[in-house]
Amino acid sequence: MAKADYSADEMMTIAAARLLRDRQVCFVGIGLPSAAANLARLTHAPNIALIYESGTIGTRPDILPLSIGDGILAETADALVSVPEMFRYWLQGGRIDIGFLGAAQVDKYGNINTTVIGDYRKPKVRLPGAGGAPEIATAARDILIIIRHSPRAFVEKVDFITSVGLLDATTDRRALGIHGNGPAAIVTDLGILKPDPKTRELVLASIHPGVAVEQVRDATGWPLRVIEGLPVTEPPRSDELGVLRDLNERSKRANEKAVA
Amino acid sequence: MAELMSLKQAVSELIRDGDTVAMEGFTHLIPSAAGYEVVRQRKTDLTLIRMTPDLIYDQLIGMGCARKLIFSWGGNPGVGSLYRLRDAVENGWPRALEIEEHSHAGMANAYAAGASNIPFAVLRGYRGTDLPKYNASIKFIDCPFTGEKLAAVPAIRPEVAVIHAQKADRRGNVLMWGIVGVQKEAVLAAQRSIVTVEEIVDDLAAPPNAVVLPTWAINAVCEVPRGAHPSYAHGYYGRDNSFYRDWDAISRTREGFLAWMNRHVLGTRDFAEFQQSALA
Repeated sequence: MAKADYSADEMMTIAAARLLRDRQVCFVGIGLPSAAANLARLTHAPNIALIYESGTIGTRPDILPLSIGDGILAETADALVSVPEMFRYWLQGGRIDIGFLGAAQVDKYGNINTTVIGDYRKPKVRLPGAGGAPEIATAARDILIIIRHSPRAFVEKVDFITSVGLLDATTDRRALGIHGNGPAAIVTDLGILKPDPKTRELVLASIHPGVAVEQVRDATGWPLRVIEGLPVTEPPRSDELGVLRDLNERSKRANEKAVA
Repeated sequence: MAELMSLKQAVSELIRDGDTVAMEGFTHLIPSAAGYEVVRQRKTDLTLIRMTPDLIYDQLIGMGCARKLIFSWGGNPGVGSLYRLRDAVENGWPRALEIEEHSHAGMANAYAAGASNIPFAVLRGYRGTDLPKYNASIKFIDCPFTGEKLAAVPAIRPEVAVIHAQKADRRGNVLMWGIVGVQKEAVLAAQRSIVTVEEIVDDLAAPPNAVVLPTWAINAVCEVPRGAHPSYAHGYYGRDNSFYRDWDAISRTREGFLAWMNRHVLGTRDFAEFQQSALA
């Protein structure tokens, strides 16, 4: 097969961006979610309201911010609020359609770990921790997760639940008083996983062009099930690729510039 | 009434060994110069509170100033790990560090409760996470009106809050703008407070509804231009992203970290000298 003229990361970001709709209100994590959310805003969803936990509401950064509170987020926001107001009125207040998260580890039920690898009290690797994610994961109506596929990232059971997904086979999130629906899709560089409506287990729901199912299974730490009639993700269109590459190029140039 | 004084005097008079100290600033307006001064004065046994420890607490922890950290996200934003924080948690170097770990929502609410002078904060939070298993100060209570189970966390009441802002006037009223984080709550929750500012002016010219901390709610105001570097001060200078990347290499080993801190922080008398030494 001819070598694709786009990278696996580009496919991932574009596939994730396509899941966002115009006029949605999206609470955005830094890194991969931020790239996909801004791509959506610059392509098919010009009226999406992007919210970052630093207090910036309806922000339209021209470049991808390196941190969650870069100046460009404040300068281009419709509204700027304090961090307590952000979490109390806007997130807990129930005004978020989509919580868009990254993760270090995600398990079979879409639970997220960003806290520790290994035992909490004697960690093998100490990760940054929770940030805003635990409450985003429960307060937003739906959750999207974007993460690169690998056996270390996709585990049968996370070492630590930082932000809850669909828990397990037997516990319903509503029994814990959680209002949001939880993970609707997990977008990776190999495909898109979605929870089986009956078992809640993540199953392969779409595979990116040129990727073999075995390759996805090898990169997943549990016996991954595949939906019947598995569709192939539509490859990146040239307009999507053009906007994404421009965005990445602008961001790289701007973030390399030393302090003014 | 706030007193205008040097940062050296403010840290010396207002921060004591063993204090609980909150140095806030959410990505923006991080009081870095004040952090260096705490290291210079070899303050010890501090309980440090901060939502995002950032480089400022990596430095204080690596220099052995802290015995405990209360936080909700401990990374180098956009770069990766805080190696000194990790070394303290994973290996107890240079001393064991007790950690109390929250979510951002939990801490933001706890600061607001502290500023409101009530004993705890209540939120729809921590549902389904493992954090309460390891943090005894996250509890669940029943709403007395609806019976709904809600999370409760104790109010944050630091002995000292330290923040950085853009401007103060000569009476010590402080104005800040841009991403304002939890700084107002931190100052109002604390018993004592230090505010470093970019400049002291005759007239703040603050628009109505601006975030202004009146002079009588603050103890010390110190003029420290660029005192938030490598974070930024909206309207003054941008975030020094390359310094955040450089920190990854500086802090990766104990030896490299100590050499840098000894040379640029302990080996300088104040923030102006530090900048000439480390950033020239």
